[in-house]
Amino acid sequence: MKTETRREQLQPPSLLGNILRKLHIDIPLFIGLVFTSLLSFIILYSAGGQETGILLRQAARIGLAFVLMAVLAHIDPHQFKRYSTLLFNIGIFLLIAVLIMGQIGKGAQRWLDIGFFRFQPSEMIKITTPMMIAWYLAEHPLPPKSKQLFIASLLTIIPTLLIAKQPDLGTALLVASSGAGVLFFAGLSWRFILAIVAALSGMAPVLWHFMRGYQRDRVLTLLNPEADPLGRGYHIIQSKIAIGSGGIYGKGWLGSTQSELDFLPESSTDFVFAVFAEEFGLFGCLGLLSLYLLIIGRCLYIAARAQDTYSRLLAGSLAFTFFVYVFVNIGMVIGILPVVGVPLPLISYGGTSIVTLLAGFGILMSIHTHRTFLPN
Amino acid sequence: MLDFRNKPKTRKPAGDFSDRRKFLVIFMMTCMVVLIGRAVDLQVLNKQFLKAQGNRRHVDEVSVSAYRGMIKDRNGEPLAISSPVQSIWVNPQELKLAGKARIKQMEKLLDLQPGKISSLLNENSHKQFAYVARRLNPGFADQVKALKLKGVYFEREFKRYYPAGGVSAHLVGFTNVDDIGQEGLESGFEKLLKGIRGSKRIIRDGQRQIIADVENIKEPVAGKNLELSIDQRIQYLAYRELQLAVSANKAKSAALIVLDAKNGEILAAVNQPSFNPNTRKGLKENLYRNRAITDVFEPGSTIKPFVVAAALDGGYVRPGEVFETHGIYRVGHHLVKDVHNYGSLDLMGVLKKSSNVAVSQMALKMPPKYFWNVYHRLGFGMAAGSGFPGEASGSLLDYQRWHDFERATLSFGYGLSTSVLQLARAYTALADDGLLHSVSLLKRDEDIDAQRVFSAKTARSVRAMLENVIMKDGTAYEARVDGYRVAGKTGTVKKAGAGGYTGKNYFAVFAGMAPADKPRVIIVVMIDEPSAGQYYGGLVSAPVFSKVMAGALRVLDIAPDQESTMPILLTRQDP
Repeated sequence: MKTETRREQLQPPSLLGNILRKLHIDIPLFIGLVFTSLLSFIILYSAGGQETGILLRQAARIGLAFVLMAVLAHIDPHQFKRYSTLLFNIGIFLLIAVLIMGQIGKGAQRWLDIGFFRFQPSEMIKITTPMMIAWYLAEHPLPPKSKQLFIASLLTIIPTLLIAKQPDLGTALLVASSGAGVLFFAGLSWRFILAIVAALSGMAPVLWHFMRGYQRDRVLTLLNPEADPLGRGYHIIQSKIAIGSGGIYGKGWLGSTQSELDFLPESSTDFVFAVFAEEFGLFGCLGLLSLYLLIIGRCLYIAARAQDTYSRLLAGSLAFTFFVYVFVNIGMVIGILPVVGVPLPLISYGGTSIVTLLAGFGILMSIHTHRTFLPN
Repeated sequence: MLDFRNKPKTRKPAGDFSDRRKFLVIFMMTCMVVLIGRAVDLQVLNKQFLKAQGNRRHVDEVSVSAYRGMIKDRNGEPLAISSPVQSIWVNPQELKLAGKARIKQMEKLLDLQPGKISSLLNENSHKQFAYVARRLNPGFADQVKALKLKGVYFEREFKRYYPAGGVSAHLVGFTNVDDIGQEGLESGFEKLLKGIRGSKRIIRDGQRQIIADVENIKEPVAGKNLELSIDQRIQYLAYRELQLAVSANKAKSAALIVLDAKNGEILAAVNQPSFNPNTRKGLKENLYRNRAITDVFEPGSTIKPFVVAAALDGGYVRPGEVFETHGIYRVGHHLVKDVHNYGSLDLMGVLKKSSNVAVSQMALKMPPKYFWNVYHRLGFGMAAGSGFPGEASGSLLDYQRWHDFERATLSFGYGLSTSVLQLARAYTALADDGLLHSVSLLKRDEDIDAQRVFSAKTARSVRAMLENVIMKDGTAYEARVDGYRVAGKTGTVKKAGAGGYTGKNYFAVFAGMAPADKPRVIIVVMIDEPSAGQYYGGLVSAPVFSKVMAGALRVLDIAPDQESTMPILLTRQDP
C-alpha cells in the first residue's frame, strides 16, 4: 500500500487535476458539501414554516462559510502549523474573557460582542485545539511518551472545561473529541486507550455526582422518557413520534405534521433530523447517512494522503470530529444518546457551527491540494 | 515523508495510522449501523404506534357553545342577551413547566392575586383541567393568548347581560357561570333558551392552541328567543313607584302585578327588594324571590267583591238588599267585627265601607259548595299557570271541612291565601264582564282559555260598586287617576304571627282596574309591613296603584273616560 501511495504521488497531474490544484478545491469533498447544503435548504424550508427569510439567512451563512473555506484552502498547511500556538492561545484567552464577562453579566454567556458582530470563541477553539495538539505532538517523536501525553491531555482538558463551564456541553464534547482524535491518530497505545475507557467507566459514578441536576435529568430521560412526558421527556418523545410516523418512505417534502404544528421543539436547529426523517422516511435517513459517510471517508482519505505528521494528525482529527458531530446529533434525536446541544452538521439552522465546519474542510482541502509531487 | 524515515525500524512506522484508520472505519460503521438499527426500530417496527401517538397530539374534538336565546319584552326591548366571552382554563400538568415568571405575568394580566395560579396548580396537580378565569372580555383574553403559554386553553362561551338590571331581575332571573338558568324565566324556559351544543374536529399546534378547524361534526343550534308579555316601560314605572313606596313606608317587601284585563297578559311584575343580576355579589335568597308570583298572603278585604258577585250571581241576595250590620255579628262562639258600626248598608255600601259583618251574612246565605266553587273557579288554591318556576298555588280548604265561622272569615279574606298574581287574575273576572282569563308571561294575541265565572251583568254591577270605593268618602280616594274612572278595593290584612292575629303587622293591599267602564288594565299592589305610621291599603298601596295605573294607561294609549277630572292640559284646545 505504501509503495502504491508513493507511485501515485510521483505521477504528474493531468490537466484538469492541475487546474483544480490551482483552485485548491477538492472536488469529491466539495460535491459532498454542496449536496449537504442543498439538503439543508430543502429541509429548513419545511421545518422553518416555509418562510424564505430563514433560507436567505442560512444561504448568507453558507455562502460566507464557503468563501472562508476557499480562502483557507489557499493557505499552505505550513502556515497553519506555524500559527497553531498563537491561534490556540488567542482562543483560550477569549474563552476566559467570555467566562469573566459572563460572571459580570450574571448568567451563561457564550458570545463576545465585538461591536458589529457576535463571536463565539468556543467555535474557534474547535479547530485550534486539534491544531495545537497536532503541532505539539508533531514536534516530538511518535508515538508520544508519557510527558507528551500528559501535556496533550492538558491541552484538551483546559478548553473543554472552560467551555463546559459556560455551560455548553455539546461544544465541550466536540472539543474533547478533537483532542482525543489527534491522540488516537498519533498512536496512543491501545493499553492506554483501554485504561482510559476503563477509568472513565469507573469514574461514571463520580461524574454522576458532579453533574448538575439538569444534566442528570437528561441521562435519566434518555433511559425512560415516558416518566415525564410533558416535561423533560417531551423533546425526545416528540422527536421519536416524528421520526416513527415518517415510516419507510416518509410523508413527503413539507408533509411533516409534528414540526409544522410546532409539536417538535427546535425543529430547525438541533432536532432538524426528526423533520428530515418524518418527511423522507427510512430511505431518506439512509441516504443522508451515506452522504455523511462519503464526506467522512474523503476526509480520512485526505488524512491518509497527507505528507507530514501535523497535517495527518489534524486531518484525521477533523474527520473524527465531524463523525462525532453526526453521531451525537442523530443519536440524541433518535433517542439513544442524552440530549446535548450538538447541531446536525451542515444542515441545522444556525450560523457559527457551519462556518467552523467549513473552515475545517477548508484546512482539509489545503492539506490535500498543497501536496508536493516530488519527495524532498 | 521525512518523518517516518527517522522512526526506529523495529516498530511500525508511527504516524502511518493505517491500522488506526481501519479500526476507526470499523468503529464508525458500527455506530452507523446502530443509528440505522434505531431508525428501523422507529420507522418500521413502531411506526403504527408512533403515528397514532402523533395524531392523538394534534387532532382533537371540542364542543362548541350554542348561543343562548334572548329574552325580550313585548316591544322587542332586550331583557337578557348573550355576548361572546372567553374563558381560560389550564392543564396544570402542562402549565407547571412554564416557569414562575411566566405564570406571574399571566396573573398580572388577569388581575389575580399573586400566587393565585400557583396555588391553583398545586390544588389541581393531578388533574388536567382547571378554570383560571371565566367570561373575559375577548380583547382581554387575546392579551393572555399572546403570552403563548403552554397548557393554557381558551374556550368561547357566552355571558349573559341584563340591560334592565334590577327592574326585571326577579322575572328574568339569571344563569350560572355555566350559562344554565338558575332562577326566574332563565330557569323556567331553560330548554327553549339554551340551544344545543355542537362539536367540531380541530387541529392543535404544539402550544395546544387551536390552529385549524377540520370539520364540523355537529353544528351548534342557537337557542330560541323568548318574547315576554312584559311592557318594559310599565315595568320600569311600576318598579320605580314601588321602590319609592317601600322606602317611604319603611316596608319589609312589596310586590306588584299589572295585567292586561282583556287577555290576561302580564304587563309588569315587580318586587322589592331587588338585586342587580349583572353582578350578583352577596346575593341572598330573599332578594331574588319573585314575591308577586311565588309568595302568598291572606287577601283580606280585596276578596269581598267576589263574595258580593257570587251572592248576586247565585241569587242569594237581591240587588237592592240592605244589610243591618250593628258593627258586630255573632257566628257560633265567635264574633265578626267591623271597624265602626256602619248601620244599614246596601251592597254598594258594603264594599265602600268594607263591612266584614255584611259579607259574613252574605257568605252564610250561600251553600258552602256554591261559595267554594266560586272561589275555586276564580283560581284560588291553584297555581295561576304563568309558567314561572316555583309559582305559588295558595291554599283554599275543602268546603266539607268548613264551619260557619270559616265561611264568614273566608268572605273577608282570612283562612285562604293567594299570590299577588292569583289575586290579579281573579280580578279579570270582574274586569272582563265575568270572564276569568288565564295569565301569561309570554306575548300572545288572545286568551283562548277564558272561562265565565260571573254573568256580565253581575260583573258590571260589582264594578260600578267598586268605583265608589275610589270616591272621596270611600276607603281608597288615593287610588284615583285623573281623567279615568277607576274601580278597586283596598285590603288591610293583619299578618298572622306565631300567636294568631295578635301582632301589629299588616299587609297593605290594593286591587283595582281602569277604565272602570271597559277595564283594560288591572293592577294589584301588595306592601308587606309598612311601618312608617300608615298601614291602610287605601293610604299605602292605593297611591302606588294610582301612579302606575296613570302611567300604564298613558303608555297603552287608552282614551280617558272621565272628562270632569281630566287634567286641564289635556282638555285645552290648541289656538
